[in-house]
Amino acid sequence: MNWNDGLAGADNPEVKGALRNFKASVDAWSESAEAARSRPAATAKVGAEIAPRGWRLAAAWALGCAVAAASLAGAVYERQHRHELARIAAAQAAAQRAAQQRPAAGQLSASETDQDLLAAVDNDISRAVPAAMEPLAQMMDSGQADDNGTK
Amino acid sequence: MRRDEASTKTMAAGTATQPLTAGAAEEIAAEDFSRVVESHRPQIFRFLLASLRDVDLAETLTQECFLKAHRNWSRFRGDSSAMTWLMRIAINLQKDHWRNRRLQFWRNTRANAVDLDEASEWLPSGERTAEQQMLAQEQVAQVWKVVGRMSERQRTVFLLRYVDEQELSEIARATGLNEGTVKAHLSRAVGKVRAELRGKR
Repeated sequence: MNWNDGLAGADNPEVKGALRNFKASVDAWSESAEAARSRPAATAKVGAEIAPRGWRLAAAWALGCAVAAASLAGAVYERQHRHELARIAAAQAAAQRAAQQRPAAGQLSASETDQDLLAAVDNDISRAVPAAMEPLAQMMDSGQADDNGTK
Repeated sequence: MRRDEASTKTMAAGTATQPLTAGAAEEIAAEDFSRVVESHRPQIFRFLLASLRDVDLAETLTQECFLKAHRNWSRFRGDSSAMTWLMRIAINLQKDHWRNRRLQFWRNTRANAVDLDEASEWLPSGERTAEQQMLAQEQVAQVWKVVGRMSERQRTVFLLRYVDEQELSEIARATGLNEGTVKAHLSRAVGKVRAELRGKR
């Protein structure tokens, strides 16, 4: 390549030689660096140089995601907790109301049950009096009436 | 590959049997871009490496350059070559780094950058004698020394010319300078190299 370009001194053999050597030196250095870059070890080194930036970004993302997830989990937990408390309070109130209503209902149902039971027993043990024993039965009734009257 | 060539290909693919879908067009554009990356990556990396003398930083900026190019690929109309366009992005990225993180970046760069002697050790031995090799290394160290003293703009122009071997018109397009200014920068840079070489003799 012609490097003169009409420049003063560029046609000097010594300057030309020095510039040519300089170019050869830079070429050799550059090629060596490129070759080292393509080797696995060099790749690892370059990766290590670039890694911190990627690391920081990944760490920032991970931290951001963790904070967001924690916030979300906290909010969900708080909501569930409140929901649970409300459910317990409602259950307690319902239990109290039920406890208040239970005695009256219990008394009512107890009396009803007794009368039913007596009626059932009365029904079971009562027998129609045979016609032959009718006078005797009347005497017993009148005897009872007399007893009640004297007492 | 020029963008207009890619567009022509895209149109040809679209008119063959049925209209080109948006997905297919994107796929073709992605293929075009992959080819651009494959063919121009070494040059961009080499330029950034020579500018910064820091392999890791050059690697990072090269990746940023292609990332930026990928984002704007649909807007590239092919007014200049893809190489010139990419080089312009690389130059701007390099400028931004120096400008925006001047203090911090300076410390980092100085800490990670290879020193001049180490940089000059990279030299293919070829078929030189040991003496020639040593002489060549010394010359390279001298050029590095001069490059280290150049202004950012002068260094960019110098490296584009003598490392990337770009034409003056391409350098002018990539840097946004006119050709006369590019030539003036190069002339002063070469003068410094010559002076350095003479001084050591």
